[in-house]
Amino acid sequence: MLEFSIMADALPSLLKGAGLTGRLAVLILLLGMTIAVPLAYARNAQSIWLHGPAKIYILVVRGVPSLLQVFIVYYGLGQLSFVRSSVLWPVLRDPFWCVIIALGLNSAAYTAEIVAGALRMVPKGLLEASQALGLSWFQTQRKVAIPLAVRAALPAYESEIILTIKATSLASTITLLDLTGAARLEVSNTFAPYEVFLTAGAIYFCITTSLSWLLRRFEERLSTDHRTGERSAKKLQPVLPALTNH
Amino acid sequence: MSAVTKLFGSFAALNGIDLSVARGEKVVVCGPSGSGKSTLIRCINHIEKHDGGSIVVDGCILDHKAANVDRVRREVGMVFQSFNLFPHMSVLANCMLAPMLVRGLKAVEAEEVAIGFLRRVRIADQATKYPSQLSGGQQQRVAIARAMCMRPKIMLLDEPTSALDPEMVKEVLDTMMELGARASVDGMTMICVAHEMGFAREVADRVIFMDEGAIVEEGAPEQFFCQPKTQRARNFLSRILH
Repeated sequence: MLEFSIMADALPSLLKGAGLTGRLAVLILLLGMTIAVPLAYARNAQSIWLHGPAKIYILVVRGVPSLLQVFIVYYGLGQLSFVRSSVLWPVLRDPFWCVIIALGLNSAAYTAEIVAGALRMVPKGLLEASQALGLSWFQTQRKVAIPLAVRAALPAYESEIILTIKATSLASTITLLDLTGAARLEVSNTFAPYEVFLTAGAIYFCITTSLSWLLRRFEERLSTDHRTGERSAKKLQPVLPALTNH
Repeated sequence: MSAVTKLFGSFAALNGIDLSVARGEKVVVCGPSGSGKSTLIRCINHIEKHDGGSIVVDGCILDHKAANVDRVRREVGMVFQSFNLFPHMSVLANCMLAPMLVRGLKAVEAEEVAIGFLRRVRIADQATKYPSQLSGGQQQRVAIARAMCMRPKIMLLDEPTSALDPEMVKEVLDTMMELGARASVDGMTMICVAHEMGFAREVADRVIFMDEGAIVEEGAPEQFFCQPKTQRARNFLSRILH
């Protein structure tokens, strides 16, 4: 039988770990998105000197396990003497930043593929209309292509966010006490793997499902499908059964 | 425009076009599908790059240089077959975008201009709606207003009624006729790809008939529709009149 007291006792340290998981995920996704946008434009470019390297980067990063990428950054870079003597060494020595760099570069590849696909989905006619109105390339991207690509990319990016949150558990392999790391520590203290890991799993589940729900709502709000009355009809729905009851 | 050619692969969409359109002139371009009509007017604002010959628009040579292309596009408005309204913006925002970004108008000024033109196409009451909430005919009228908001010297219309349901063609044609009438007053040049004879007779100063990437015949609308000179034009007219 599960002992609920162990679960309750483990909760404070697990929640603290969840805090670190959250910080890691946010920074990884930010770094990933920052790299992904230029990478996506390179990926879609005509010139082979732009789309060639971008495609190779995406291919390599997606073809190698993320755990290995974390190990390469954390254990591998320290082997190089010029890295150890560089000003970046205090950052590269820190497992926190190593996870962010490794998984950020990883997320960039997946996100770039999503963004590139979304940009290609923007109807050509709209880009032509924007050009015909005299907007520059940058204005066209900013006002037309990117807002529409964001809408097209959201469903795929939602699963990228969730995969990234779960991937942060790799941080526990290089000494960090994220949610998984905290759970492992708690297990070694209590020898109660079921209770602790199940609690940790439940916390991951709560984070990912509530985020999913939030993103869905956001998606609905951004939708360009503004058919008359549909939204107001949705709002009315809960009222209707109440009316029929009386 | 002289000796203009445009290739798609090895296919010559435009094959040595010589054409000059005077300021304030209203030209209707017609011809069978694939004859290069759309390509012709898309070259005028450089949405399509011409491969040979030269194009001069309002004194500015279109030589693929970004600065010249930008200059031409500021003065040339375009209405597309498939409307191409921005789906994530309200009708009003669609009309305000370019005047603000390209002409540097303040939001209040741009809104005033936009409402003015939306009123002219009789759709100002829908200004806060989104394109997907409007019918095809309404969307095309908004697209005309959007192009007019830039107060272009030249207006290009690429088969503006051919993607519409039959019952909506009339409202858009009426708008276009009004546009033509205004153009005569303001001295705006209009080049329109269209097959509607009624519209061409009413509005056009000249009809151009194209086939296989070349201009086959041109003349006043009355003369072109009643006594076409070439066999190809006669064949074409007999097909669209049935």
